[in-house]
Amino acid sequence: MADIVRIIDLVKIYYLESVEVQALRGVSLSVEEGDFVALMGPSGSGKSTLLNQLGCLDRPTSGQYFLGDEDVSEMDDDQLSEIRSKYLGFIFQSYNLLPQYTVVENIEVPLLYQGIKLNAQTREWCIHLATMVGLGDRLDHRPMQLSGGQQQRVAIARALVNDPHVILADEPTGNLDSRTSDEIMERLQQLNDMGKTIIMVTHENDIAAWAKRVIRMRDGHIESDERNHHRTIGTKLAKIDGTAGNGFALRPAGL
Amino acid sequence: MYLLYILVGILLLGAAVGPVLYWDKGRRSLVLAIRSLWLHKMRAFLSVLGIIIGTGAVITLMAFGEGSMQEALDAIRKLGATNIIVRSVKPPENSATAGRSRVAIYGLTQDDYDHFAVLQQGGTITRMVPMRIFPQEMRRLHLMFTGRAVGTTAAYAEINDIPLALGRFLRPEDEENHENVAVLGSRVAQGLFPFEDPLGKTLKLGQSEWVVIGVLKSRTPVGDTGGSMAEDYNNDVYIPLTTCNEHFGSVITYRQAGSFQREQVQLSQVTLTVSDIDKVRTTGELIKSILSRHYRDDTAVSVPLDKLEHAEAEKRRFLGLLAMIAGISLVVGGIGIMNIMLATVTERTREIGIRRALGAKRRDITMQFLIEAVVQTSLGGLLGTLFGLFFAFVVPPAAEWLWGWHLPAQVTALPIFLALIVAVVVGVGFGLYPAYRAAMLDPIEALRHE
Ligand SMILES: Nc1ncnc2c1ncn2[C@@H]1O[C@H](COP(=O)(O)OP(=O)(O)OP(=O)(O)O)[C@@H](O)[C@H]1O
Ligand SMILES: [Mg+2]
Repeated sequence: MADIVRIIDLVKIYYLESVEVQALRGVSLSVEEGDFVALMGPSGSGKSTLLNQLGCLDRPTSGQYFLGDEDVSEMDDDQLSEIRSKYLGFIFQSYNLLPQYTVVENIEVPLLYQGIKLNAQTREWCIHLATMVGLGDRLDHRPMQLSGGQQQRVAIARALVNDPHVILADEPTGNLDSRTSDEIMERLQQLNDMGKTIIMVTHENDIAAWAKRVIRMRDGHIESDERNHHRTIGTKLAKIDGTAGNGFALRPAGL
Repeated sequence: MYLLYILVGILLLGAAVGPVLYWDKGRRSLVLAIRSLWLHKMRAFLSVLGIIIGTGAVITLMAFGEGSMQEALDAIRKLGATNIIVRSVKPPENSATAGRSRVAIYGLTQDDYDHFAVLQQGGTITRMVPMRIFPQEMRRLHLMFTGRAVGTTAAYAEINDIPLALGRFLRPEDEENHENVAVLGSRVAQGLFPFEDPLGKTLKLGQSEWVVIGVLKSRTPVGDTGGSMAEDYNNDVYIPLTTCNEHFGSVITYRQAGSFQREQVQLSQVTLTVSDIDKVRTTGELIKSILSRHYRDDTAVSVPLDKLEHAEAEKRRFLGLLAMIAGISLVVGGIGIMNIMLATVTERTREIGIRRALGAKRRDITMQFLIEAVVQTSLGGLLGTLFGLFFAFVVPPAAEWLWGWHLPAQVTALPIFLALIVAVVVGVGFGLYPAYRAAMLDPIEALRHE
């Protein structure tokens, strides 16, 4: 399977009033298409920093980053924005929905910045995704009117709308109780089963257990990198045609 | 009419907003801007209050200024911009001419008139209207009325706006045939013919009888036109100049301040119409040089064009001043907008971070906040315009009704366009910095913002 993400000797140094903080001290990592990676490690070990690098939200101090075939470590701000809008999906700990928008409008946002003309077709696609995460009856609700779990499901739908190469999630269940967490993790697993590559930061072992691969970090290094043996790659990859067993498509028709 | 202006203003705004609407992100930003404004109605209103008051004040003041200026200009224009008015003016009396029994001889003469006629043959002057005006008692049966006799020619009708109520005005034949005919001003007709149709009836001016051929409608007195007091035309009787000279001779006797005055004035006034507006000034100088033969100041040349240009210069100064006030108030309004936009950017840092993470480019963020600022100032400008129009519309009749003030207001399209354009410009100008600040935020920092 091809590597969708490949970073080579990535270094990120923050300069704080003459103090240097080495958040990443030369991290190299490859992630295959269809993988489900959990990033773990103590607080301050550089997990979020790494995820932000992978999410093209920030540029490294040194090192290289290939997303698919593209070298994104050399790109300027506008190009990075374009990469984010086309190839990446984000899920945050605090959901980060736009409070002024309804559920459907929130899901539409990445398309908007991709420069796609919003029309009945895109709207249908967004409604499809909302229905897929179980919010088909909440299309015109605002984030304030939804529970945390529901908001996070909107965020998942939003992360899927541009049919991204990789979904990046920073502690997606950090604000949720264990039952809702399981529900969210089931959704993510479902997406992974449909062929989506997921990279997720978490502190909790039972959340990491949903992943196929667990990477532990410490002081800006990768400490360990293990496969979860009860969940292996390959078994579900037959379904990469883009449809899950429940009949939901992950690729927008004609977009 | 006013509605039309508002409509045009809205259309103009539409032309600015149209492309934004056509563009997907723009439309989203616009909807978002309106939603966030709606969310903070009071705050938005207060922040654009400066703009509202600024534009409103400018439009109202402009309307009042324009109204009174226009009235003054109209008064001057009525005299004709291509006209030159030459009047006889009684020179200050000195001991030589003073005295009860002496006849005061001064003013324009037939000779002057003939000199002017040379200019007419040359083509620079297209029309000359001589007038001989003097106080005159008018009688009919036992009724008496004191007004003015105006000996003139048929051309008088061409340079003055004379609304006929009955009959006709003087015609060239009247003059050629030395007819004893008269056209009455409205008050003269009322005074002498209170109950009957004056047409065809006779009245006595001095010793002679005159047949009424026409009656004028009431004319509003024209204001100061250079030296003379406001003239009340309604007390005038118009008679052919030729017949006038035959009947009244050259010396006119009339009572003034208890004593009899005797004057010999051949022509009280000549109004000359110049063929081309560019020649008015030079012709005026020519006329003055002709009149300098009198060796004393017994004539006055007035050129309405001078006054017109003077008044127009005045108007431009006034407009400039207003523009300055408008500028200041809009800058103040703009600072209010900037202040609130900076607060908004801080408040919505998280939102900016989210949008950036989801693929918004810096310019998308800039546009979003810029549109928001422009929406605010445009709505403010629109609201201010409506207020301004409302006051320009309501205040004049109210002032007339409450205090009897004459407060003319005239709304023109220019200040409305200006106000709206400036409102948009202020939105862009003062929204730019906050929008730039928003765009330059680091996505990660912004996302982490609480
Ligand atoms: N913007 C920044 N400026 C300066 N230092 C930073 C910045 N962001 C992160 N750091 C530092 O980099 C190191 C790694 O931070 P990071 O947020 O990646 O940790 P983490 O593994 O995500 O921790 P947590 O589990 O608490 O989220 C920390 O020492 C942190 O203080
Ligand atoms: Mg973190």
